[in-house]
Amino acid sequence: MFDIDKWQEIFNTIKKNKLRTFLTGFSVAWGIFMLIILLGSGNGLQNGVEYQFRDDATNSIWLYPGTTSKSYKGLQANRRIRFTNEDFDNMPHKIAGIEEMTARFYIPGKVDVSYKNDYGAFSVRCVHPAHQIIENTHIITGRYINEKDLKEFRKVAVIGKNVKEGLYKEENPIGKYIRINNIEFKVVGVFTDTGGEEEMRNIYLPISTAQKIFNGQNRVNQIMLIPKTENVEETKAMAKKIKSYMAKQHRFDVTDDNAIYVQNNLERYENVMMMFLGIDIFIWVIGIGTIIAGIVGVSNIMMIVVKERTKEIGIRKALGASPSSIMGLVILESVAITSFAGYIGMVLGVGLMELISSFAGSSDFFRNPQASIGIAIAATVLLVVSGIIAGVFPARRAAKIRPIVALRDE
Amino acid sequence: MIRFENLHKSYITGSNKLHVLKGIDLHIKEGELVSIMGSSGSGKSTLLNITGILDNYDEGRYYLDNMLIGNMSEKKAAMLRNKYIGFVFQSFNLISFKNALENVALPLYYQKVNRKKRNLIAMEYLDKMGLKEWAHHMPNELSGGQKQRVAIARSLITNPKIILADEPTGALDTTTSYEVMEIFKEINQTGITVIIVTHEDDIAHKTKKIIRLRDGIIESINGEPINSEVFETSLVQ
Repeated sequence: MFDIDKWQEIFNTIKKNKLRTFLTGFSVAWGIFMLIILLGSGNGLQNGVEYQFRDDATNSIWLYPGTTSKSYKGLQANRRIRFTNEDFDNMPHKIAGIEEMTARFYIPGKVDVSYKNDYGAFSVRCVHPAHQIIENTHIITGRYINEKDLKEFRKVAVIGKNVKEGLYKEENPIGKYIRINNIEFKVVGVFTDTGGEEEMRNIYLPISTAQKIFNGQNRVNQIMLIPKTENVEETKAMAKKIKSYMAKQHRFDVTDDNAIYVQNNLERYENVMMMFLGIDIFIWVIGIGTIIAGIVGVSNIMMIVVKERTKEIGIRKALGASPSSIMGLVILESVAITSFAGYIGMVLGVGLMELISSFAGSSDFFRNPQASIGIAIAATVLLVVSGIIAGVFPARRAAKIRPIVALRDE
Repeated sequence: MIRFENLHKSYITGSNKLHVLKGIDLHIKEGELVSIMGSSGSGKSTLLNITGILDNYDEGRYYLDNMLIGNMSEKKAAMLRNKYIGFVFQSFNLISFKNALENVALPLYYQKVNRKKRNLIAMEYLDKMGLKEWAHHMPNELSGGQKQRVAIARSLITNPKIILADEPTGALDTTTSYEVMEIFKEINQTGITVIIVTHEDDIAHKTKKIIRLRDGIIESINGEPINSEVFETSLVQ
């Protein structure tokens, strides 16, 4: 392997056929280049989407009320379903395996938010304490809404970082009052959210207080829960149970898909991940296909090289070269060409990905489009292996050359 | 050193079978200087190839240094060639992208002698051929005689027991041819068996034994006809 003579000979043949070697190497370099670009882009897309999912607990189940589309037990279709506090309160007793649970109530109509003379367009969500876990909300200062707030109907608010910056500027908002539809709430906490800028324009209020103040009675707009399990099949079973429970409570047909919407986020997450697995496989298939084209090219060139060197190989054999040493010579040359060319392709590919990620930055759906160390190692192994594969057939032909045929004078 | 017993060899080309060697009985002793003559198609090249373990035979026996050479792996054959036999060819067969020194050193590479040592030995042999100054020249910068002397140096570097030369003077002018033959004589005087295939009478006459082949059998040795059939019948009687 590290025999100077062998390398010298490989270098000599390569030097004698610069254009041919370049063209061959180019096809391999191109193959690796494409593979790196494809895998890097796939990674970028996946990173982006995973980042999106980071906003919420991935194994949550969300319920939204809808309108029935089927008549049921004498009740007509087109009936609006409404969730109530009872649904929320009873569900943990009827459905096993709920870890955390919150409801959401939205203030009906237009919402005005102000502090002193500053106004801002922010949205308000009235929730239970578990909402913090389900939405992955991070408190910077102060606290989140707690059970006591709910029980005592406290008029408190937790505001997003962007709300704080919009209304309070440099002021510390904790303990100050924020006015929502002309009713004052005491700010008890400020939060950030990984879900992006829009998420940080939210204000959280205790649901019980809000229902009372804003004439919500016992209405609930949305129920969100986290199951104890992280198994997709189990969460699916649970979602089904929830639906049939709600169907009984609200008297609609279980098979009615529009009465309520049950969104199983774990299932969605798994589906997206499956899609990425599919994309990954697709990319590898294309990439390897391109590389195979390169290998065939190298193999072809090596065939010609062997044919051209028939006489030389014959001389070597007459002088005592064993078939295996001749095979080694050809395979090593093939590995040298593929590895070197492939390495160049890899460096160019990685370089381009770095360039893209530094210029394009990271949008919400495309983050860190880079080839990992694992991919680089896999590509290197692939190169050496493909070099060997490309060399084997020509090498076997070379090993079979008979000296008397090769040395025959024309 | 070399002994053939009833050696037969045929080539099959398509549906035709060409019987090239039809029973060769020959004994060449150690230290002999022999030439093999014959017109083209007489089987002399085939005999040389079999002697050099470059080709197999179909029938009979071939002993090299009292060792039966039969069917063997390519690897073993390569090893034996490297150890026992030095080849000299009509068209020199030097490797074009290697200089004279590297060409001479090549057989030692296959004996796994390290680079420094084999280049040292190669230089020694080039010096013996009077080509020390040409050591770093490429083959295309050398004259025919010089190329053949490089090739002879290459054939000698492994200290072989036999030198097989296939028309070694075929591509050389008369003066150079005689010089090359002088070299073969000198080599022979050191005890190495030298076998030269040629079709030139004057070259053959510089050797001590002339074997003439005709149609795949030995016609005469040093001009004395050999009739194998007569020989066999006389043995029976």
